[in-house]
Amino acid sequence: MNSPATPKARSELAASPGWLSPARWRRRRNALPASGRIGLALVLFWALLALLGPWVIPHPPGAVVSTTVFAPMSLRFPLGTDYLGRDMLSRILIGARYTVGLALAAAVAASATGTVLGLLAAISGRWVDELLSRLLDALICIPSMIFALIMVAVFGSSLPILLLTAALGYVAGAFRIARSLAVNLSVSDYVEAARVRGEGRLHIACVEILPNMVHPMLADFGLRFMFIVLMLSGLSFLGLGVQPPAADLGSLIRENLSGLGDGAAAVLLPAIAVATLTIGVNLLIDGLADHGRPEGGGGKA
Amino acid sequence: MRVTLQLILKRMAAAALTLLLVSIIIFTITSLLPGDAAQAALGQNATAAAVAALRARLGLDQPVLWRYLHWLGGLLTGHPGYSYSNGLPVSAIISKRLPQSLLLAAATTVVSVPFALTLGILAAMYRGSWLDRALSTTTLAMVAVPEFLVATAGVLIFAVKLQWLSALTFVLDHPTPLEFLRSYALPVLSLCFVVTAQMARMTRAAVIDQLSQPYAEMAALKGVGSARVVLTHALPNAVGPIANAIALSLSYLLGGTIIVETIFDYPGLARLMVDAVSYRDMPLLQACAMIFLAAYLGLVLIADICAIVSNPKLRRP
Repeated sequence: MNSPATPKARSELAASPGWLSPARWRRRRNALPASGRIGLALVLFWALLALLGPWVIPHPPGAVVSTTVFAPMSLRFPLGTDYLGRDMLSRILIGARYTVGLALAAAVAASATGTVLGLLAAISGRWVDELLSRLLDALICIPSMIFALIMVAVFGSSLPILLLTAALGYVAGAFRIARSLAVNLSVSDYVEAARVRGEGRLHIACVEILPNMVHPMLADFGLRFMFIVLMLSGLSFLGLGVQPPAADLGSLIRENLSGLGDGAAAVLLPAIAVATLTIGVNLLIDGLADHGRPEGGGGKA
Repeated sequence: MRVTLQLILKRMAAAALTLLLVSIIIFTITSLLPGDAAQAALGQNATAAAVAALRARLGLDQPVLWRYLHWLGGLLTGHPGYSYSNGLPVSAIISKRLPQSLLLAAATTVVSVPFALTLGILAAMYRGSWLDRALSTTTLAMVAVPEFLVATAGVLIFAVKLQWLSALTFVLDHPTPLEFLRSYALPVLSLCFVVTAQMARMTRAAVIDQLSQPYAEMAALKGVGSARVVLTHALPNAVGPIANAIALSLSYLLGGTIIVETIFDYPGLARLMVDAVSYRDMPLLQACAMIFLAAYLGLVLIADICAIVSNPKLRRP
């Protein structure tokens, strides 16, 4: 892993929330509390399913394979069938792939863009900083769900638009955190030393500052991923997200909502799937973080 | 006192400026519509003359800046244009829905705030006890549970299995208290579930933050009981952060209402907005979005003001 430049930097950084020196990080991971271990297990479980999905599905996800709609669990259909008689296990496996894949891509895009822009704002002159900060501060004032509704109304809901919407909706939060981290780091001694040495701005940003932002940004990335999962499945639940015949977990709940009256597994399982995924991520982050989540890391971080 | 007032006015001006910026963002995105709203409204077979006439009527032939100013002026004077889908004035449509949403929000606030504050303060008072640990784990999990799971599970248990409550919200003209309770209980409880967890967590953090201050330690050393330390020493100082927690959590309601109003088919503003998205009814969508954003910024502003009033340190120029 990246090691900080000097021991001095380490002690300075240790004060910033969420940062752990590599050695402490390793110890932490060994001493992950029980809730954190449950979270890790849940996250690994869903990551594995999303990864292996297409190779383990028992039936094609779009094919009507049963004459019974909302069939109960059986040997042939381990999780029952949906409102058209399609195999629920296959649909959940593929749906999880959509949900996890889309949210992961969007979270990576948001965190990466946020980090780059935050670094840029911190090392560039006042003007760039002011401009970026004002613009993204205005963006952060738009609740992500409202933003998503507007984007979908204007551009429709194709996968690229959903990806862009989720990334744009959460980039401002990542920028804010990255900028404050980078600003704090850019006045630290070893950055001053690099400056005195005559290193260029790019070198300072990439070699001195960036490696020390990685851990806090990773914790933030996890939370961002969770909120994107919630937003995307909420959007699909409203019928405005992933469009049929494709279906993510949110769409699966919507499709099968008519089975709710009978307590059909087809409607409960995808909802439980989303919940276990997001709870898993949340527990894992909480277990990894030094003092739990920072305050205010609420609905729209 | 003058400093406080000045500071508050400054915050209000900043909020107004942000709202203006946000309105520019919203308007810009909604004007990026691929194709033309007039063409979309009339369909592929419309004659060029008909499209041109509608463009003129909707004002789409004007320059963008002029259209923005016109729209902004309309918003401020309460006439944000006409709905594309049914031609009614947007203000008339919204004024029918807004009270319903406010009622839902008010009911949720009344139920969730006292409950969340009690939970948060109790958890802080008995920090480290089984109560605290149980609360902290449950609230952590609750934050991550999607609203639609809460709402659908609620419907399944209380409306379908037990048949205590109704699955859809019927808005009656003069409901008896019992009817009101039966029809509003599920949407309100679903919203509370999400909001309470956040608020309780943040309240606990705010109180514990105060308890770690020297004055709280001093009070404890003096022999003041732990309940009194929390209630009379820490709590008054935690008012600012707690107000902040409440405002942030309530603003989270905005996202929640969109899902909950849809599930329960509740005739509120959020439902209206989702419909506007499906029909690509831009004037209606813009107006709904601006109301939500104004509400959001208003809540944040109130939290800011509470913090300023309750904390003399923030008033130092």
